[in-house]
Amino acid sequence: MAIIERPTETPALAGSGAAVVTPSSSYGYFRRPVQTTGWRSWAFTVDHKKIGIMYGVVAMVFFFIGGFEALLIRAQLAQADGTILSADKYNQMFTMHATTMVFLFVMPMASAFANYMMPLQIGARDVAFPRLNALSLWLFVFGGIFINTSWILGGAADGGWFMYAPNSSVPFSPTNGVDFWVLGLLITGVASQVGAINLIVTALNMRAPGMNLMRMPIFTWMALVVQFLLLFAIPVITVALFLLMFQRNFGATFFSVEAGADPLLWQHLFWLFGHPEVYILVLPAFGIISEVLPTFSRKPLFGYPFVVFSGAAIGFVGFGVWAHHMFAAGLGPISVAVFSVATMAIAVPTGVKIINWTMTMWGGKLWFTTAMLFAVGLIVQFTIGGLSGVTHAVAPSDTQQTDTYYIVAHFHYVIFGGAVLGLFAGIYYWWPKVFGKMLSERWGRWNFWFMIIGMNLTFGPMHILGLQGQPRRMYIWTEARAGEGYFDLAFWNLVSSIGSVVLAIGALFFIINVWVSRKHPPCPPDPWDARSLEWITTSPPKEHNFDRIPTVHTLDEFFHRKYEDVGEGDQHDYKQVATGEEVIELEEKYAEAHIHLPSPSYWPLILALSFPVLAYGVIYSTLLIVAGAAIAVLALFGWALEPPTADDSDFDPPPPGDDEPSKELAVSV
Amino acid sequence: MDTDATITDSGRTPTTADDAHGEPPAHAEPAQRHKEPTDRQYIFIALFLAVLTAIEIAATEVGPDGPLLIVSLLVLMAVKFLFVILFFMHLRFDSRLFSLVFYIGLGFAIGLYGVVLATFHFFVS
Amino acid sequence: MSDATITETDDAVEIPHGYDDGSDHIGLPHHTSTGLSNTKLAMWLFLGSECLLFGGLISTYMLYRNRQADQLGPDQLWDIPFTSATSFVLLMSSLTMVMSVSAAKRKDEQRTKLWLTVTALLGGLFLAGQVYEFTVFYREGLGYTTSLFSSSFYTLTGFHGVHVAVGIIMLLSLVAMLARGKLVGDKHETVEMIGLYWHFVDVVWIVIFTLVYLIPA
Repeated sequence: MAIIERPTETPALAGSGAAVVTPSSSYGYFRRPVQTTGWRSWAFTVDHKKIGIMYGVVAMVFFFIGGFEALLIRAQLAQADGTILSADKYNQMFTMHATTMVFLFVMPMASAFANYMMPLQIGARDVAFPRLNALSLWLFVFGGIFINTSWILGGAADGGWFMYAPNSSVPFSPTNGVDFWVLGLLITGVASQVGAINLIVTALNMRAPGMNLMRMPIFTWMALVVQFLLLFAIPVITVALFLLMFQRNFGATFFSVEAGADPLLWQHLFWLFGHPEVYILVLPAFGIISEVLPTFSRKPLFGYPFVVFSGAAIGFVGFGVWAHHMFAAGLGPISVAVFSVATMAIAVPTGVKIINWTMTMWGGKLWFTTAMLFAVGLIVQFTIGGLSGVTHAVAPSDTQQTDTYYIVAHFHYVIFGGAVLGLFAGIYYWWPKVFGKMLSERWGRWNFWFMIIGMNLTFGPMHILGLQGQPRRMYIWTEARAGEGYFDLAFWNLVSSIGSVVLAIGALFFIINVWVSRKHPPCPPDPWDARSLEWITTSPPKEHNFDRIPTVHTLDEFFHRKYEDVGEGDQHDYKQVATGEEVIELEEKYAEAHIHLPSPSYWPLILALSFPVLAYGVIYSTLLIVAGAAIAVLALFGWALEPPTADDSDFDPPPPGDDEPSKELAVSV
Repeated sequence: MDTDATITDSGRTPTTADDAHGEPPAHAEPAQRHKEPTDRQYIFIALFLAVLTAIEIAATEVGPDGPLLIVSLLVLMAVKFLFVILFFMHLRFDSRLFSLVFYIGLGFAIGLYGVVLATFHFFVS
Repeated sequence: MSDATITETDDAVEIPHGYDDGSDHIGLPHHTSTGLSNTKLAMWLFLGSECLLFGGLISTYMLYRNRQADQLGPDQLWDIPFTSATSFVLLMSSLTMVMSVSAAKRKDEQRTKLWLTVTALLGGLFLAGQVYEFTVFYREGLGYTTSLFSSSFYTLTGFHGVHVAVGIIMLLSLVAMLARGKLVGDKHETVEMIGLYWHFVDVVWIVIFTLVYLIPA
């Protein structure tokens, strides 16, 4: 076992006669946090695993909040002349449903996986900037809470998640809802931006010896592409958000037509971000199933380089198609034609991935665990969503489809059928590693099938509703406008709403699964006979991840340590030479000593707290702005003056007689 | 198993049969490519930039008109920009990775915003 | 702490000491897969993203530059000689920043702090010039909300000014931390990193000066 040294919690070691070691202090007053148990070990942690878990838990909470908002929408539209939601409340509901799902569920859940898994997959002990990692987490948490306080502070934002200006300016959105939205997204935007820099440096700079880029696990690759997308897209929406904030709060006229402004400016700025954003949403899921499918097909990923390059291509080309969200905005035929063609081009790398996933399964020994079900589900559902997407790429047909439920169908098939199913695949796949217990496969099946049936019942009819002419963002539909025949708006809206209930039950089954599985016995470290580095750890991993940083010789390093190719020539014949446990034992045998992990810190949490204070100040009181700024400055200086890893003097001294790293096998803690 | 296992290194030297073909850490190109400018050369570059700025200002006063002026100003601006990036910020002498990430950002900015302005007919007189 | 030469302490770029091979990190190249420093890579990534931030603000300005009120536009307002002077000041601050990095490389802590301070002072002079300039514009009737031109102009230059201010704070903090021996990590690298930020802020002004002040409307 490796020796981990950590600062003592108590100043005096009773009776030992050893030197008193206390955590070093900041500003001469505050001692650095050192707790390893209790709430403080979570609040001040910089450990990527704890941070990943917190991202996941909070994201799940927002999933249910956003889901509840969706249920209200579907309840309202289940029947003609719905009375569940007023027009105003309905606007808030679809705005917040989308904002919550996109910014507070899918993105943070992907961050949860990236944070937890990327260091493990590349053989690192943490990310490049652990305190910055904690900052990203808390900014997300506080930003998400901040936006949602708008519900009780005058009403939530009501301009749609795309918040078109000037509709989102004060005359048309007089409550503070839009301000909460703008400021909340600025806060979460900083989280994403800073997280992107962190994870890019991590993936590029902290790989295990021997892991060149083309031996990196595919999930890490996709996560890396996503971070680059975030890096370049977030600044654009930041500009848009500031302009809107200045318009709403300081009287600027950036989007006021009567002052000579052009509303299209907002649309361009938003969609320049918004389109890469949808690839930010879906690429992590693509990465996850690119891990899941090979494991449960007992075959390597087909065409790994193609999957890598197509992922990068999707990211890059994804920056060039934003105006396909503006086909009906009056751009003119040349612009429309250019973006139409560019959008069609992007289907190609996506298609490459579908082929690669399918070919991975082809001829494999398929094992349909719940994770595998979700992964296969993604391939099917995302393809459907992609097909409707192709019809949108053709600008003339999009002109009919735009602003109808046909679009709603498309993006729910790709977001729910793509991103969400992929995230659930990841949850089922990596749950044993993270929590040391298996989730119930039986409940997992209920979860999966209810979700699949539910999502198809909910979003399938929306294609028809859209082509029948039901517009988006309308809080009510009437019998008079429901169309003719039995299969009219009334029929399909009801089917869709029933579907949403089925979907909700499926989501509930997930919660039930988590609940009943908590009493499961501990699971083995490698329950799926997996392929990549994160499985060469205990379940859950030790705090320092690896007793010894593994040296990597090939892609799918873990697989090749367990299986040797005894085939001749071109024939591959894999024989098992070691179990997962044996591989891990070997690493433990050569554990490193005197591991100093990055130390916990107050400053990320405190700095993150200053942001909502500042934001409330912008809405309510200049005094709060000053207070928030002061806290931020204090935290920044505290952070800068504090070393990332506490001084050596902070740590327990080595045992008597041990002045240098041991040359024997490391002793247990 | 091996009895000469040491753990003073972090496993980078082979310590087990399994690791017999361990590789040194993946290492890209060296961090520096050419010799850095000296302090004198930096001063020279700064003066050069000042002179270019003076030319720019003079051009607006006594220089050509219309598109020719705009093109000249943009060219001078670009030259100054590049000199600061390449020399003061060492991009010319540092790893190509830095150049890559910066130029991608710069390229996106110019390209994407250029297209946006084009849709507003900004470049049409 | 004395003002003697800077001694290399821990090469404590923020990678965990899991790569600890028992030796000191003095003088060793970075323990990273690319051989590049974490913080330097992070700064370049940040600067790449900043291109998109300022690009958006510049584009907004370019779109709205001709939407003025009451004959209050560039031709009436700009004082090119004055702005040229402040631009020159900022340009020179880039030179002094380079001097500082060079001194840090030579482990000449005195000179490092000196040049950093001069850079901060020049930056402060630039900002003072901006404040003066804006005050003049304001007195001549160009408020923030006067027109689209004014809003875009003040927003763009305001964002730049804030970046300069943050840079000055970082420069002065760095001087203070060097003076009190509180700098963690590789000193040359930290100075270099802040230098990158400072030069970028200068480079943005090079673009703004030409596009906003010189190119005729």
